[in-house]
Amino acid sequence: MSASRARRRDVAIVSFAQLPPVRRDTARDETELVQPVVTAALRQAGLTRQDIGFTVSGSCDYLIGRPFSFVTALDGVAPWPPIAESHVEMDGAWALYEAWVRLQQGDVDTALIYAYGKSSLGDLPAVLTMQLDPYYLAPLGIDAVSLAALQARALLDSGRATERDLAVVAAARRGGAVAELLATPYLVAPLRRHDCPPISDGACAVVLAAGDAARRHARPAWIRGIDHRVEPHQLGSRDLTRSTSTAIAAEHAGVATIGPIDVAELHAPFSHQELILRDALGLGAEVAVNPSGGALVANPMMVAGLTRLGEAAARIHDGRARNAVAHATSGPCLQQNLVCVLSSEVAS
Amino acid sequence: MNRCAIIGIGQTHHKAKRQDVSIAGLVREAAARALADAELDWKDIDAVVLGKAPDMFEGVMMPELYLADALGAAGKPIMRVHTAGSVGGSTAIVAAQTVISGVHRRVLTVAFEKQSESDAMWALSPRIPFQPQLTAGAGGYFAPLVRAYIHRTGAPDDVGMMVAVKDRQHALKNPYAHLRIKGIDLAMVRDSPMLWDPIRYLETCPSSDGACAMVLTDEDGARAAPRPPAWVHGLATRSEPVVFAGRNQVDPQAGRDCARDVYAQARIADPRRDIDVAEIYVPFSWFEPMWLENLGFAASGDGWRMTASGVTALGGALPINPSGGVLSSNPIGASGMLRFAEAAMQVRDQAGEHQVDGARRALGHAYGGGSQFFAMWIVGRDRP
Repeated sequence: MSASRARRRDVAIVSFAQLPPVRRDTARDETELVQPVVTAALRQAGLTRQDIGFTVSGSCDYLIGRPFSFVTALDGVAPWPPIAESHVEMDGAWALYEAWVRLQQGDVDTALIYAYGKSSLGDLPAVLTMQLDPYYLAPLGIDAVSLAALQARALLDSGRATERDLAVVAAARRGGAVAELLATPYLVAPLRRHDCPPISDGACAVVLAAGDAARRHARPAWIRGIDHRVEPHQLGSRDLTRSTSTAIAAEHAGVATIGPIDVAELHAPFSHQELILRDALGLGAEVAVNPSGGALVANPMMVAGLTRLGEAAARIHDGRARNAVAHATSGPCLQQNLVCVLSSEVAS
Repeated sequence: MNRCAIIGIGQTHHKAKRQDVSIAGLVREAAARALADAELDWKDIDAVVLGKAPDMFEGVMMPELYLADALGAAGKPIMRVHTAGSVGGSTAIVAAQTVISGVHRRVLTVAFEKQSESDAMWALSPRIPFQPQLTAGAGGYFAPLVRAYIHRTGAPDDVGMMVAVKDRQHALKNPYAHLRIKGIDLAMVRDSPMLWDPIRYLETCPSSDGACAMVLTDEDGARAAPRPPAWVHGLATRSEPVVFAGRNQVDPQAGRDCARDVYAQARIADPRRDIDVAEIYVPFSWFEPMWLENLGFAASGDGWRMTASGVTALGGALPINPSGGVLSSNPIGASGMLRFAEAAMQVRDQAGEHQVDGARRALGHAYGGGSQFFAMWIVGRDRP
């Protein structure tokens, strides 16, 4: 469909900056979340605002509880003189995808991507209920944790994972002894508190550069493939124990053909979802998964996906990894997924 | 870099309340019409790009997730764009870029608003800490800009009313238009209540339910299409901050820069001469003369003279909004895409009773936020 058509322009992540995510950032509004990460990402890339050819962001009004939250956030990039700009009401990973597409056009060489999320302002699991089909699902009032628990139960029932496997993931990402974790009570069975993400406020920014603009950097993290796919919204229409959209995206992004993968940053807000994603991506035991801790450690909504791409790129920037896979998700029970393959080597 | 063509266009009948359809039914109606126009099936589509204005207008957060099924997107990429009022235009541009970049061959782009599901006036009057509350919706925000325009140019006060009459007369020729006011005239507009001085009731856009969809493709796809395509000759976006000292909100720099960019891509030296018809985002009547200046169709201060002379009416030298425009149908998230789609319909000779004879090049224009976000494209009958 899309993977092998035209020769792609070589595009790399050349910088990444994030705010340390916190449970509740009462001091900063959208502008104040965005400004520091944009400034840091540009400085790291050795660029000024005027050097950027295209700017695009990801955020969601419902988290802040107001319309046009992204309009306020735009002040954080000081868009004067006027800039070529866009916004997706999605995780920032999809903003990065839009920027990657834009850079393929060849007339601009750099793009700034940012994402911010203040998940703390409302009752997040209840807010996420508003993401559901407004006629048949949302009126049931089912919250995001309960939906994830349904998925976890389906996975356990399939026999492909145990509660212990979930605790092993949680222990690896956030510490603790597996036996002790298993002794804690359920939050929503079969999920325990350690299987669920924290609620976080945060922001991050990435700079993309194409061709020679990227080669100016010491170790650009080249995007060797990027693709995203969605699945049916109705939970009964899909196999919750598999992430078919991740598998399709992985095939188009070239996960299987990049060679040995050193690190994978997976956007798995719930522990069982990491198992489903590893399976869908075909990652072996030798791949270091979520050395950053992933979304089980910090989960600023609309930011956590782009953060995975940034964290994976950072490991290529500093020489710790040669090939990396990054993943972002959106919607209930991994409905929509994006896969990005990054490498220190440009495509030959 | 590939060329991009529009080979399928569809829209719903726009109404105050489309209670006969769900949100999914609404978007699917427009999408199915676009596919039928292109003689394609859902399976022929590589990706979907969806746009709409704030989610609070329906009360559904990130509705691309729920609408993935209705838009045939399962197993495919779907994206959701939101750039305020300009979103319908921005969405078409994001979709076009996936074709231009060679990432996709056939893309379905859809924009919608089902205003009857919620209350836009409420959603546009948020109470935000440390900011003055805007309790008067969009009209309350834009009326001072209109007053400033009238003050700066000395325009007579009936120019806005002339636009209101003209666009509603155009709407009578458009079977999809929401407002179809028989016998509309200056007296009717003048006698309508003053809402936000100087904007009268009949000088504002309605609240509509509606959707618009297009199928975009590359050169091979255009060659295989059953009907003549519209070719993209240029596309651009520009954004600027909502407030800062000295910002010209009446004639924003972002609009001027966006127009200059899109004209350069389309090799348009003189827009008044080189463009045959334009669909521009006029939610309040006075924005026609304001945008005529911002877009370079008229010199600064002369936009109202151009409107008053009648050249912007169907049959005039530069028809503006032959579809009836936003003043006649305003499903907010789709309003920008309707401008882009109507421009494409004109160069495809597809506009029926509101067709501009011999239209070869057309401008589609959308703006949003506090007159700070702009999206534009130039489409043409000829391959660029």
